[in-house]
Amino acid sequence: MTIKFYDDEISSRFLIGTALYPSPAIMLEAIKASQAEIVTVSLRRESGTEQSGQNFWSFIKDSGAKVLPNTAGCKSVKEAVTTAHMAREIFETPWVKLEVIGEDDSLQPDIFGLVEAARILNEDGFQVFPYTTEDLVVAEKLITAGCEILMPWGAPIGSGRGLNNIYGLRSLRAHFPNIPLIVDAGIGLPSHAAAAMELGYDAVLLNTAVAKAGDPVLMAKAFALAIESGLQCYQADPIEKRDMAAPSTPVAGLPFWNQDHA
Amino acid sequence: MPSIEIIGSGITGLSCAAFFAERNCDVTVISSSNGPDESCCSWWAGGMLAPWCEMESAEPLIGELGLETMKFWEKFTSSYQKKGTLVVATPRDLPDLKRFGRRTENWRQVKEDQITALEPDLAGRFTTGLYYPEEAHFDPRQVLPELVSYLESKGVKFQTNISLSNQELNVPSKADHRIDCRGLAAQDHLNELRGVKGEMLLIKSNEVKLSRPVRLLHPRIPLYIVPRDNGLFMVGATMIENENRSGATVRSVLELLSAAYALHPALGEAEIIEIGVDARPAFPDNLPRILHKGKTTYLNGMYRHGYLAAPAMAKRLVEQVLGENTAPDHFEQFCEPDLSTGNM
Repeated sequence: MTIKFYDDEISSRFLIGTALYPSPAIMLEAIKASQAEIVTVSLRRESGTEQSGQNFWSFIKDSGAKVLPNTAGCKSVKEAVTTAHMAREIFETPWVKLEVIGEDDSLQPDIFGLVEAARILNEDGFQVFPYTTEDLVVAEKLITAGCEILMPWGAPIGSGRGLNNIYGLRSLRAHFPNIPLIVDAGIGLPSHAAAAMELGYDAVLLNTAVAKAGDPVLMAKAFALAIESGLQCYQADPIEKRDMAAPSTPVAGLPFWNQDHA
Repeated sequence: MPSIEIIGSGITGLSCAAFFAERNCDVTVISSSNGPDESCCSWWAGGMLAPWCEMESAEPLIGELGLETMKFWEKFTSSYQKKGTLVVATPRDLPDLKRFGRRTENWRQVKEDQITALEPDLAGRFTTGLYYPEEAHFDPRQVLPELVSYLESKGVKFQTNISLSNQELNVPSKADHRIDCRGLAAQDHLNELRGVKGEMLLIKSNEVKLSRPVRLLHPRIPLYIVPRDNGLFMVGATMIENENRSGATVRSVLELLSAAYALHPALGEAEIIEIGVDARPAFPDNLPRILHKGKTTYLNGMYRHGYLAAPAMAKRLVEQVLGENTAPDHFEQFCEPDLSTGNM
């Protein structure tokens, strides 16, 4: 089952980052193993002057995946907008993963700057993937600003803590049933990614959990399986939790010595 | 014995010269600069010989080459100091220390009092760390001139300030073999080669003394600090996927300095002596390669492992060029076949 991100039909629900791998060769193998169709690329940090990052970017282009350039490291609206323009030129895509960082240590998004930058970029023809929190009001404002996708965090970038606020993420899903929602950041384990998909999220974006694993290629595969598993779980409509175990077979008529175990 | 023309006077070129000279070859080193100086990456290196720590993210080959190379350096240079490496993390980053330990070998865990015994100036600053007793360090800026004098004593000739154009390099050498060790400058011939930017600082402190390289782990800004003579410390190094060598960014310098400050606040009073920047030559797998093309053999892609890998790679290159290929089997996969008929 495909999903539409702006004008593009996408099959894989796994978006993977391109930073922090032991080598570009391992990065390419991990992307392949992830079966991701979309890779994120950080421009600001790796760019330097316009041409100096070309060699690394050519590896990413070689992966055959669609590039989602990001504005990682930008801390103001102006920086983020400038970086997005640079990305559009280099990768010839209207897509941009918009990050406006509000706090250096946790890399928490500055949601005020985010909404402002999203408005400017959407008006300028960009297709913005905003990295945000699970806050409903911010989400609403991003949509008003023209975003057709939301990317709430699971936990702070690189923390590997999983889904910090499951209730908040669930509310966001319930409030925006028709907006593609991608959990971005904070994922550490495949089970975290599966949990996000089980909540009905449309996709998961991660980087550190794969790139910094002992075997990034194997971990990429593990995440691909988990994300697919979570998606199928959601589609299969799982049972609800109950306060007491529900017997799956009727107890009446069982021999008395089995009653205790029913 | 055959005549050998080596192009490039960084650690790779000089290592090749050393092994060819040992076989009594007639060796000439051609350098585009004054010899080993700030124009080559080797000048800016930390000089850590840390094959075990590097295993945190490098391929096993680097560890194997590193072990072999350390024996070479131990014999070769008096500035070789086997004092180990200390790896520490702030309380919040202890998960990284755990991971680092899991990925590496040949360490022992040290608690606060043992850290103090190793590095008295770090007393009370870290509760736990990893100590790699077999690792060593030296000052590349002492080793490079030492290598040059050694080579001169062996009859190796140096031709400095000769920048060969691509055209000149396409004409076969008059020597029996040309060894191209130009690092990133060989990009025109080796199209898979890329530069990985690195920024480093040289600071001077009279307050803080360290006996060995100390690594401070951080999820985004890993730092190492290598003590040198006269109160100098090399603080490094960023790893950025671009080839821009025009200058260090404010952000990189800020990050390196804050990490140094986190290691010891007294380093806040240190003087900044130098801010260095260069780009490391690397192939896509970040492993070194020997490539043969007609009479030219390339040794390149040392990445961040020049001092750790160059002598061991040079030894293999010399064996291959002189037709006595005794390289162990595992090495073969990293040597490309003769490319004289193919495209590079």
